[in-house]
Amino acid sequence: MNKFTTLSGIAAPMPLINIDTDMIIPKQFLKTIKRSGLGVNLFDEMRYDDDRNEIPDFVLNKPQYREAQILVAGDNFGCGSSREHAPWAIADFGITCVIAPSYADIFYNNCFKNGILPIVLPQEQVDLLMKDAEKGANARIEVDLESQKITSSDGDVFTFDIDPFKKHCLMNGLDDIGLTMEKETSIDAFEATAAQSRPWV
Amino acid sequence: MSPKTLYDKIWDAHVAHEADDGTCLLYIDRHLVHEVTSPQAFEGLRMTNRTVRAPDKTIAVPDHNVPTTLDRANAETMTADSRIQVEALDKNAKDFGIHYYPVSDVRQGIVHIVGPEQGWTLPGMTVVCGDSHTATHGAFGALAHGIGTSEVEHVLATQTLIQRKGKNMKVEITGKLRPGVTAKDITLSVIGETGTAGGTGYVIEYCGEAIRDLSMEGRMTVCNMAIEGGARAGLIAPDEKTFEYCMGRPHAPKGAQWEAALAWWKTLYSDDDAHWDKVVTLKGEDIAPVVTWGTSPEDVLPITAKVPSPADFKGGKVEAAQRSLDYMGLKAGIPLNEVTIDTVFIGSCTNGRIEDLRAAAEILKGKKIKDGMRAMVVPGSGLVRAQAEEEGLADIFRDAGFEWRLAGCSMCLAMNPDQLAPGERCAATSNRNFEGRQGRGGRTHLMSPAMAAAAAVTGHLTDVREMM
Ligand code: SF4
Repeated sequence: MNKFTTLSGIAAPMPLINIDTDMIIPKQFLKTIKRSGLGVNLFDEMRYDDDRNEIPDFVLNKPQYREAQILVAGDNFGCGSSREHAPWAIADFGITCVIAPSYADIFYNNCFKNGILPIVLPQEQVDLLMKDAEKGANARIEVDLESQKITSSDGDVFTFDIDPFKKHCLMNGLDDIGLTMEKETSIDAFEATAAQSRPWV
Repeated sequence: MSPKTLYDKIWDAHVAHEADDGTCLLYIDRHLVHEVTSPQAFEGLRMTNRTVRAPDKTIAVPDHNVPTTLDRANAETMTADSRIQVEALDKNAKDFGIHYYPVSDVRQGIVHIVGPEQGWTLPGMTVVCGDSHTATHGAFGALAHGIGTSEVEHVLATQTLIQRKGKNMKVEITGKLRPGVTAKDITLSVIGETGTAGGTGYVIEYCGEAIRDLSMEGRMTVCNMAIEGGARAGLIAPDEKTFEYCMGRPHAPKGAQWEAALAWWKTLYSDDDAHWDKVVTLKGEDIAPVVTWGTSPEDVLPITAKVPSPADFKGGKVEAAQRSLDYMGLKAGIPLNEVTIDTVFIGSCTNGRIEDLRAAAEILKGKKIKDGMRAMVVPGSGLVRAQAEEEGLADIFRDAGFEWRLAGCSMCLAMNPDQLAPGERCAATSNRNFEGRQGRGGRTHLMSPAMAAAAAVTGHLTDVREMM
């Protein structure tokens, strides 16, 4: 997995609330058996018209946001389906950080498995960064995971919270499965006890 | 011992390892797998030379993009990429030695219907699946999470999930429901009350007389939509109805093991003085038959209401409501029961069980669907379908003008050929009314099976109580 340490990038503003994973990657793109290549279909139905032409008004089609690496969004981002295709598409597009007041649980977890940092900030701070993002390519937002700080283009600094274990894995690009396998003796022991106490399982 | 909630009890019984920072390895009793979210996970195992740790606890069934038309045995009805996914599951199930219900098996169906039906889902278990509606299994008093594909791979390899404990939320529905009000109306009304993010970070336990009165089918409908309220899982404490449902199922314990299981299951309830981080109470008699008007499950109102105006809302919801109304092609102030519909879809893991088909058939008996209406029933599993045929429900649907389909997810997410055309308006018993969910530009109104059947007859959203 790719490491996430610091990022300085353009942020795309998407002030909608309840952006669901069907919007992020519609179901017709779930038929793949690979993880890669979904970036062109990120936000597909908002991004292209019926003839597959780009809709110029959509934020990621605007020249100043085509290289966006950060997404600033409304409340409850990533709700709905558990599809990991959503973070795969986001990462494949080149976005590795999302900033929003809140996320749906499964999406939030999925981000960490794919080198994406989902940052939670209070609504007022998200609003400020949203304004910042609306300035387009001139406004670079700086994210530093180590110190848990975001700096706006005007120099405002916000700190954010993050689970220490998730932070550690993201900063070092660690594979969860490998880490868990190091605890195999605990799993073996649990299974042995459970086989006695709940043998029907 | 300090008092515990049901969630606390199940959680405590499954912690295989706890790190100093509170991160836990939760042992998983049942892992359900379907064709859409698993191929990359199996590929990951192959690439790292890992195996499935507990193939006996892993159950696979293709459901999301299998065609539900009667000619589905004919491979042509499936698109190439859908076929590749189903074939990948066939191969992965065989290579890794996990339980499998292929398309040709009468037991095949929607994963969340097959699990309980076959007795894989039992009280007190931890159940996961790469699908958000895994919450359904909470109806048995099982802790059931939806997970992403990386987590599917993690569970396949280690039979555990990395988790931190969520918070406890109690949703109590007191008293009795009024006639015409169903489990679907309960679960939609709760989301209307709490919002789609109201349950974020929580595990919900549903309780109260109205919940106790529900059948297991109804309880599954309620828990199914816990995720639509943002919750990590929904739970209902097991009781005699639960035990009766489980008894004799193919994979339920038998004999002395059944007795041992039962003794433990009977301890699975929230202690009287357990701590709740959040409590929501609704009166059963206040709940009406409801429909959704917008593009989020929280956009829900009694059928007797009018389409709201964006001005009725606050904050980010004003813009979202305007966008919803534009997408849905609705004007504020129109009575909901005047909204005409083109299509009716009865099915899904929310409402594709036998009781749902009975409720819809009850309304349709001796009636015909409106001229020009497209209507389909997609049973949740091959066994539900067989039972409905035996009970004569299939004839009622066919006589009324419904298509009588084979089991699968179908138009719930429209990955197979069952899709809405742009602008087509559908009365659906599924769980998501998101933009494009049932087909690009398609407009979805969520409701109970009885309400969907009523709409099929009249051609517009209808208060089912007028037809009872
Ligand atoms: S029926 Fe719909 S919600 Fe249920 S598992 Fe299938 S696609 Fe998901």
